[in-house]
Amino acid sequence: MSTLAAATTSTGEAVQFWILGTVAVLGALCTILMRRAVHSALCLAGTMIILAVFYLANGAYFLGIVQIVVYTGAIMMLFLFVVMLIGVSAADSLKETIKGQRWLAALCGIGFGVLLIAGIGNASLTEFSGLTRANSGGNVEGLATLIFTKYVFAFEITGALLITAAVGAMVLTHRERTERAKTQRELSEQRIRDGVHLPPLPAPGVYARHNAVDIAGLLPDGSPSELTVNKTLRARGQIRDVSSEALNDLKALEQRSTERLERPTSEEASK
Amino acid sequence: MNPVNYLYLAALLFSIGATGVLIRRNAIVVFMCVELMLNACNLAFVAFSRLHGNLDGQIIAFFTMVVAAAEVVVGLAIIVSLFRSRHSASVDDASLMKL
Repeated sequence: MSTLAAATTSTGEAVQFWILGTVAVLGALCTILMRRAVHSALCLAGTMIILAVFYLANGAYFLGIVQIVVYTGAIMMLFLFVVMLIGVSAADSLKETIKGQRWLAALCGIGFGVLLIAGIGNASLTEFSGLTRANSGGNVEGLATLIFTKYVFAFEITGALLITAAVGAMVLTHRERTERAKTQRELSEQRIRDGVHLPPLPAPGVYARHNAVDIAGLLPDGSPSELTVNKTLRARGQIRDVSSEALNDLKALEQRSTERLERPTSEEASK
Repeated sequence: MNPVNYLYLAALLFSIGATGVLIRRNAIVVFMCVELMLNACNLAFVAFSRLHGNLDGQIIAFFTMVVAAAEVVVGLAIIVSLFRSRHSASVDDASLMKL
């Protein structure tokens, strides 16, 4: 506790800062450099957990716990839900719409960082008062006293904001059905009128070893039929094609059985 | 180690987040970078709270978290409804008002 009020921290905190700080920066860099949104979200969650540890080290015990519970527990999971909804495999395209935008953006970022860090370096922050006195009655109690006295109006406004946000999210994502859903009879009548594909779609998988849903069924000539695979898998490009593999397997099997039975091959028999 | 290093770390994380907002085009990742910037600000607030020896900085960081939670809820709802109408979460595709 006493080390919270000093110009230098304890060696333990320094070691913790340099190790975890490096990991936090790496996590942040991975967040902006990973191509898939899921990987970005996981890297960001790691960075947030490390920030929670830093809050605890700085004497903000309540905030450290809230950071883990609210940020990594609720907000990042919300992000992951949305990533799953929108499509996990959707990676960013690397094509630039504005020429040289990426380099200019990186340059702006570096310049901004240098500006910020130089500003902090210029401000002579040498002596830290420390939280020993402020935290003497307990961190949570101190925060509660401030929230319910000095900041009580802001606290009330926050409640209104949260309710507005919840209602807003419902309004934005809720869709009222404006037309009646078609019945099965109407759907089948429409299919016959259009004359596109009357019978049910064929099932995926032909061979017993490969009856998974992501493997297209084979047409009589051995080519895969895209119709047999679910529309979602088709859109994601997750169809596995085994037609050549299966045909090769079959050929090898025939070869082996011929050798074992010492039967003449079909060409010799026809002679 | 001087505790001011926490401020340097916060500045670094903030500029990384800002760069991410400029570079990335997936709306969700842009949003995550905004969250990273908010978190960096929170770290700075907590460090300043220790610098001044009172808890006001922590209160501000607490309010930032609440506002960030509300912002995430509304922002993700907007992204989901955008994705429903145009089947893409890329911020480049939302250019309906462009001349």
